[in-house]
Amino acid sequence: MEVYLDNNATTMIDPKVLDEMMPFLTEKYGNPNSLHKYGSATHPKMVEAIDHLYTGIGAADEDDIIITSNATEANNWVLKSIWIDKILNGDKKHIITSEVEHPAITATCKFLETMGVEVSYLEVNEEGVLDPQTLRDALRDDTALVSIMWANNETGKIFPIKEIADICKEAGVLFHSDATQAIGKVKVDVKEIGVDMISFSAHKFHGPKGVGALYIRGGVSLTPCFHGGEQMGGKRAGTVDVASMVGMGKAMQLATNPMAIAYEVNHVGMLRNRLEAAILEIPDTIVIGGTENRTPNTTLISFRGVEGESMLWDLNRAGIAASTGSACASEDLEANPVMNAFGSDSELAHTGVRFSLSRFNTIEQIDYAIEQVKKAVERLRGISSSYAYSPKNHVSGLGAH
Amino acid sequence: MGMDSLIGGTIWDEYSQKVTELMNNPQNMGEITEEQAEAMGAKLIVADFGAESCGDAVRLYWAVDPKSDIILESKFKSFGCGTAIASSDTMAELCKGKTVDEAVKITNIDVEKAMRDTPDVPAVPPQKMHCSVMAYDVIKKAAAQYKGVDVDSFEEEIIVCECARVSLSTLKEVIRINDLTTIEQIVDYTKAGAFCKSCIRPGGHEAKDIYLVDLLEEYEKEKMAKAADASLSGNIAFADMTIVQKIKAVDKVIDDNIRAMLIMDGGNIEILDIKENGGYIDIYIRYLGACSGCASSSTGTLFAIENILREKLDQNIRVLPI
Repeated sequence: MEVYLDNNATTMIDPKVLDEMMPFLTEKYGNPNSLHKYGSATHPKMVEAIDHLYTGIGAADEDDIIITSNATEANNWVLKSIWIDKILNGDKKHIITSEVEHPAITATCKFLETMGVEVSYLEVNEEGVLDPQTLRDALRDDTALVSIMWANNETGKIFPIKEIADICKEAGVLFHSDATQAIGKVKVDVKEIGVDMISFSAHKFHGPKGVGALYIRGGVSLTPCFHGGEQMGGKRAGTVDVASMVGMGKAMQLATNPMAIAYEVNHVGMLRNRLEAAILEIPDTIVIGGTENRTPNTTLISFRGVEGESMLWDLNRAGIAASTGSACASEDLEANPVMNAFGSDSELAHTGVRFSLSRFNTIEQIDYAIEQVKKAVERLRGISSSYAYSPKNHVSGLGAH
Repeated sequence: MGMDSLIGGTIWDEYSQKVTELMNNPQNMGEITEEQAEAMGAKLIVADFGAESCGDAVRLYWAVDPKSDIILESKFKSFGCGTAIASSDTMAELCKGKTVDEAVKITNIDVEKAMRDTPDVPAVPPQKMHCSVMAYDVIKKAAAQYKGVDVDSFEEEIIVCECARVSLSTLKEVIRINDLTTIEQIVDYTKAGAFCKSCIRPGGHEAKDIYLVDLLEEYEKEKMAKAADASLSGNIAFADMTIVQKIKAVDKVIDDNIRAMLIMDGGNIEILDIKENGGYIDIYIRYLGACSGCASSSTGTLFAIENILREKLDQNIRVLPI
């Protein structure tokens, strides 16, 4: 059996989304900015997509949702344009973010530091989320922007986004949130929260890769990053990828309507809990970050004595796709920031395996995954030095290098 | 960079078939108990290296014949990724039938080579070379335990890059002989720093005593000190001087030979910059006061300045007025 449990990395395109996209990859290939009928043929579905996007996140008509190539572009745009507008050409100096953001935020902030920007990377608490008081303490008169994720990609933990937005509003500081891991998993309503900007990516909610968006509340001005034609009201030049935009609109509708969110919470959440409960029956396993306030599809579990990459290896052989933040599984041997936040020197940093589900997973798949996870843990603990025999007088040397 | 580095997630694609097979089905995985060792008439050695919190750990079991020092049986248990398990397995295999003294000579490079499918293609991607180092370290610990000596007694030299086993003395020599100034050059010349990259600078996968950036800095300081000493004794070629020394030397020649004349005519000269340009050393100057409008500033005076600098300092000097 093939079981895909890596939906926080990317998702399959919903066949209904693909159906919407196909005409624009075939006969309706016009440039939307052309005046002739090839151009205008693209407009009805683009308008529909925009409607879905605005409805999906609760945006008002005077707000902007600008189509980008992905959330990474949207995040880069926010940070770099805030730097240009408020720091280079203003009197601000400081940006606040958290230590567990996606690299699209963290690496961009590191770059801005080389350009003289002061950045605070706020620590998260033992549950892996930002404590609102930590933010209050970090705000300064010269803070230009607060950028805090809506939900974490590794743990699925949901940040206290309403409180963060209120604190920012009170301080008069712009608040941006990377909502990539939240759309379609929990309700994202920009008006209700009072957030100034959010980023998201279609391929995380069963849309195509290579398309995302930046929501900008009406009245917030942001210098464009891409200059060129008048697409997107001049805020993001470049011919719009019509098929992708239409696909993202459809994916948004399918993922964020009230029925869909209810299904995510009830059904996907039930599957996740079933998987998690069965795994936790294995001795020496824990859920990293705890089980409260999470996206319904995600669980990050540590298996003592089993290194994350070898766990993925065995699961992969069994046809199951999962993910690990273990340093050993990365190209540069760097553990991911979430693992480091929980203690890079702790066993957890190397033993965490993330299972992220979607609405396309079935109960049969989950039961198969449970069986295979148990098998993998048994085999790998059989190999593991953490569970190895030692003679009576042997003093373990399995300490630090 | 280049076309090979554009697509990520290729770590597993780069494992050799042997690494894959050993990960799926390790041959020497297991334990040797005291009873089993006794039954073989052997001494049981159990050595540990690494830690779960470091990402990899191994426990090595040897049954050693006390008369011949031959390792009769060798088993391992390992916490780590696929390459760590495959490396530990290969290491345990290579130990079998060897004397303890012979086993100590097995390095991580031997382990990696033994896992290759074809002699020229590495068994693991560069960043995974690190996993085989643990296999080497645990052998030393086992041997030290058997012989009742300190682990350090097996290491004859200080190893800076454990993945490629490049020693401190080799690195210092190669840097000096080839006048290396960048990390990329060190990687090209010695392979040190090409694998897990921990030895390049602090903050990598593993903390080190000595980093490649330290060696470059040390060499740079050494060169600088040499230049300062030579300049003090007066016997240093202009080309070997530091930029500050060059500026001072040029200024001194101008002070001693030229400036007085220019001042007498109501002018002066300032040095703007010194740049190496192919085989030439270009000195950029600017005339001040009366000189700036003087007809001979671009002919006679200029040639005079250039000639005296060439004679006193270096034949390849060109003087360029701005």
